[in-house]
Amino acid sequence: MNGSGYEAPRTVEETVTLLQQANGAARVLAGGTDLLAQMKMGMTSPALLIDVKKIPELASIEQTADGGFRIGAAVCGAALAEHAALVAAWPGIVEAARLIGSEQIQGRASLGGNLCNGSPAADSVPALIAAGATCTIAGPGGTRSVAVEDVITAPGKTCLATGELVVDFRLPPRPDGSDARAAKAGDAYLRMIPRSEMDIAIVGAGVSLTLDEAGVCTAARVGLGAVAATPLRVDAAAAALIGTTLDDAALAAAGEAASAAARPIDDKRGTIAYRKQVAGVLTRRAAKIALARAGGNG
Amino acid sequence: MATAEVDQQKKFKWIGTRPVRPDGLDKVRGRANYGADHALPGMIWGKVLRSPHAHARIVSIDTSKAEAMEGVHAVITAADLPEILSEESKIGEGPTNFRDLSHNVIAREKALYHGHAVAAVAATTSAIAQQALEAIQVEYEVLPHVLEGDDAQAPDAPILHDDLFTKGVEPRPTRPSNVASRTEMGRGDAEAGLAKADHVITRSFRTKAVHQGYIEPHAVVATLGEDGRATVWASSQGHFMIRAYCAKLLGMDQSQIKVIPAEIGGGFGGKTTVYLEPLAIALSGKAGRPVKMVMSREEVFRATGPASATRIELRMGCTKDGKLTGAHARLEYEAGAFPGSPVGAAVMTLFAPYDIDGCLAEGYDIVVNKCKVAAYRAPGAPMAAYAVETVVDELAEKCGIDPIEFRLQNASREGTQSAFGPKFKRIGNIETLEAAKAHPHYSAPLGPNQGRGVASGFWFNGGMQSSATVQVADDGTICVVSGNPDIGGSRASLAMMAAEEFGIDVKLVDPQIADTSVVGFSDLTGGSRVTFATGMAVVDACRDVIRQLRERAASIWGIEVDAVKWSDGAARATNGDAGLEPLSLRDIALKAARTGGPISGRASLTARGVGMAFAVHICDVEVDPETGKVDVVRYTTVQDAGRAIHPSYVEGQMQGGAAQGIGWALNEEYIYDADGKMENPGFLDYRMPVASDLPMIDTVIVEVPNPTHPYGVRGVGEVPIVPPIPAVVNAVHAATGVRITELPLSPPRVLAAMDARRN
Repeated sequence: MNGSGYEAPRTVEETVTLLQQANGAARVLAGGTDLLAQMKMGMTSPALLIDVKKIPELASIEQTADGGFRIGAAVCGAALAEHAALVAAWPGIVEAARLIGSEQIQGRASLGGNLCNGSPAADSVPALIAAGATCTIAGPGGTRSVAVEDVITAPGKTCLATGELVVDFRLPPRPDGSDARAAKAGDAYLRMIPRSEMDIAIVGAGVSLTLDEAGVCTAARVGLGAVAATPLRVDAAAAALIGTTLDDAALAAAGEAASAAARPIDDKRGTIAYRKQVAGVLTRRAAKIALARAGGNG
Repeated sequence: MATAEVDQQKKFKWIGTRPVRPDGLDKVRGRANYGADHALPGMIWGKVLRSPHAHARIVSIDTSKAEAMEGVHAVITAADLPEILSEESKIGEGPTNFRDLSHNVIAREKALYHGHAVAAVAATTSAIAQQALEAIQVEYEVLPHVLEGDDAQAPDAPILHDDLFTKGVEPRPTRPSNVASRTEMGRGDAEAGLAKADHVITRSFRTKAVHQGYIEPHAVVATLGEDGRATVWASSQGHFMIRAYCAKLLGMDQSQIKVIPAEIGGGFGGKTTVYLEPLAIALSGKAGRPVKMVMSREEVFRATGPASATRIELRMGCTKDGKLTGAHARLEYEAGAFPGSPVGAAVMTLFAPYDIDGCLAEGYDIVVNKCKVAAYRAPGAPMAAYAVETVVDELAEKCGIDPIEFRLQNASREGTQSAFGPKFKRIGNIETLEAAKAHPHYSAPLGPNQGRGVASGFWFNGGMQSSATVQVADDGTICVVSGNPDIGGSRASLAMMAAEEFGIDVKLVDPQIADTSVVGFSDLTGGSRVTFATGMAVVDACRDVIRQLRERAASIWGIEVDAVKWSDGAARATNGDAGLEPLSLRDIALKAARTGGPISGRASLTARGVGMAFAVHICDVEVDPETGKVDVVRYTTVQDAGRAIHPSYVEGQMQGGAAQGIGWALNEEYIYDADGKMENPGFLDYRMPVASDLPMIDTVIVEVPNPTHPYGVRGVGEVPIVPPIPAVVNAVHAATGVRITELPLSPPRVLAAMDARRN
């Protein structure tokens, strides 16, 4: 890992300029927990590292005027967990981000890095997909908003063009749950690993749902990780939940839809059959946790 | 040898207590010097070029471009090392042939596994060394390879060694084979015993290669001067082993090599041989500079010795009331690229916990195109115990007998004829089983999806050669010098035995591990032997000193030495001579210059009377019925330690062995692609347990003192890795109803087995 230049710009505009000038030879450095490991293993040797942790928009969390959240792309997992309002509104996203690596890694690893590394097994991505999160991408032509599920295009590949970077993630507003008779929402993320931590998901499942005052699911989204070349949004699994109270039949149907949507490979971490089966199991289980968090009869 | 026994009932002042270990503070504060911490002026960096093929003839190696590079000081290939003739070595742990060892250190005609060293360079920086490796041009003729023991025995299998003919079969084979040897061991008539059985279980088991997983990768600094003398700083389980191997492999005299031991960051048997050390010496000689070499974790996985992958076929039978009558096992152990798996030890240990009239074990040592295996904690025994202890569990179930009760009914005890030769002397097999049965864990209630398993384990333990010197400073403090790297708290135990002998505070004893030029020869730290055997040497050396202290006191007092005894840290006149106040160690030390000079003692011995070790483990698991994930929720280890000198380090060994065995059972495995390249050479995908995977591992130390050791010590380091695999597998059976006969019990394998049973 020799010979890399290093810049730490203070603005998104400077960053875009540096990225453009490097013409593909630069890499954005947030926590560096994937990038530095890849450099050490000789998988990549960028001419320039652009550290984005000093850019205020990338390093902050805010509640937006509509009641949603804006999370800077370089905010680390530990900081997500310390934001009480975010934890209350989106526990599934926070728990997904918190599963990445060790305590030390948690002080560095970011949602932006987890997404842009392009791994199909990235833990935070299925949770963000389930949440309906979008990301703001800045580039030479200005900024654009892209749904999280559309960012990763293949293992290690994203839709970002040369000169572009992810600035932040936007989460939609949630019913706050303060009125027991009003709509409520909950989300959850589960992953299967053979150990208890320090591992990479064999399967990951994120579920987010909204219940009306009667406890009927009015909106749901399901994201799956590590079961295809990219993280998946599984609308059929969500559809199986919408209009139900998440009774056993609905959960089973959602699980089956998730298993059916999974298109995994056999590799050193798991088999096709196992991943398809467990995608269904985790979808059901995550849906039940999300239901409980939304105050439903889980 | 320490012949005078200590009264086994005596109350000890230090033995059995838990003082702070003398090497502890430096280790927790980061001051201890491990293999990679050493540096010398002018030092340069060595790196190894490794084969990208699992089996290939080396047609040519062109090092000229690398040698011409700025900053490159030396490039070596096998041509720079002497050709070594085939000769069996007795130096390390387990069988080794010097020629094979030489060829494993650096490939000569053929590369025999992916990762096999083919050349090495030394350069001013590690980065230049890496670039130089890339500039070496090796022309390979790729050969067909064989990765599995089964395939290696096929008639058309690629042959690794044209001169390897199966030993131990008659008539002597005329064609070379990948089966290096056949051994057998047994007692009585196995088939007749099986014929008498009411229940016979036949099972076939498979286990994968697993690594010891020591935290510290192999590291060395070496210098070789123009005078032909070398100094080596290295982390290993035996610096005398390094000296002997390097001398042999480099054609040097042992007196030309001094090896200085570094602290060792884990070995578990994996550091009982050499990889980098001969290369570092050769590079230093060629470069004229000190050379440092440190393996990456990936190199550790690709090129150092794991434990064998195995296939075991076992038949065991018992009467309907639970008496074992016969057993037959066929064990095939992969050795990696060169002969020398621990199948011989497996054949010997397999049936040791049981008194079986007719038993026979046949062992096959098989070479394949994978890295050469090395010792790993009770080498060969855990896989064999997996087979025997799960079949014993099944037989107990068939008979409707509690599994510990079944083991007690069949347990070997003092006087039982072992299958491997001697009659058992005083052993603690029954005592450990009874302690396990009485433990509250064994009768505690279980939750949903939980199951409990038990298993026994046996290990011989080692004796071998040890040396120690004991020196008295003129302030009455003691330095205990020995030659065994401290891998599990042996400094503390040696200091405690010395303090007990002298009757002084353990803080006054400084235990040191000296280099090969300072202390007498000591076999390596392995075989659970150091506290036992080096402990004996220390006790003998202390008694040598105490004899001299009594002589000095006698001369000061002007009385016969027979009238002076040593107790509680002082010489005392035995017949109550009026006015003869006791002379403390300090009093005598202060006067040493005037009573005959410095006082020191020494002992060198071959330790006899090894105390064999038994252990019983109790394991509770919870199995997720939908994902197949196994969580160990409670675990208790019960083990006969003979006598625990420092109980904390005995418990540490018991817990560490259990943790490693649980990892072996659940998730650890070498995964190879079709080309013979390991796919998981790192701790992310080579899944050892992390701390949060395990419960607190409870320990029960049973003490059935070894009558031939002055303090009753048995080895404790190895037997705790023997029972965990079957304990876990039996627990999974209890929780799910499935008996899984292939490791590891990874979630996909467990779920598939559960699904197969449900359908």
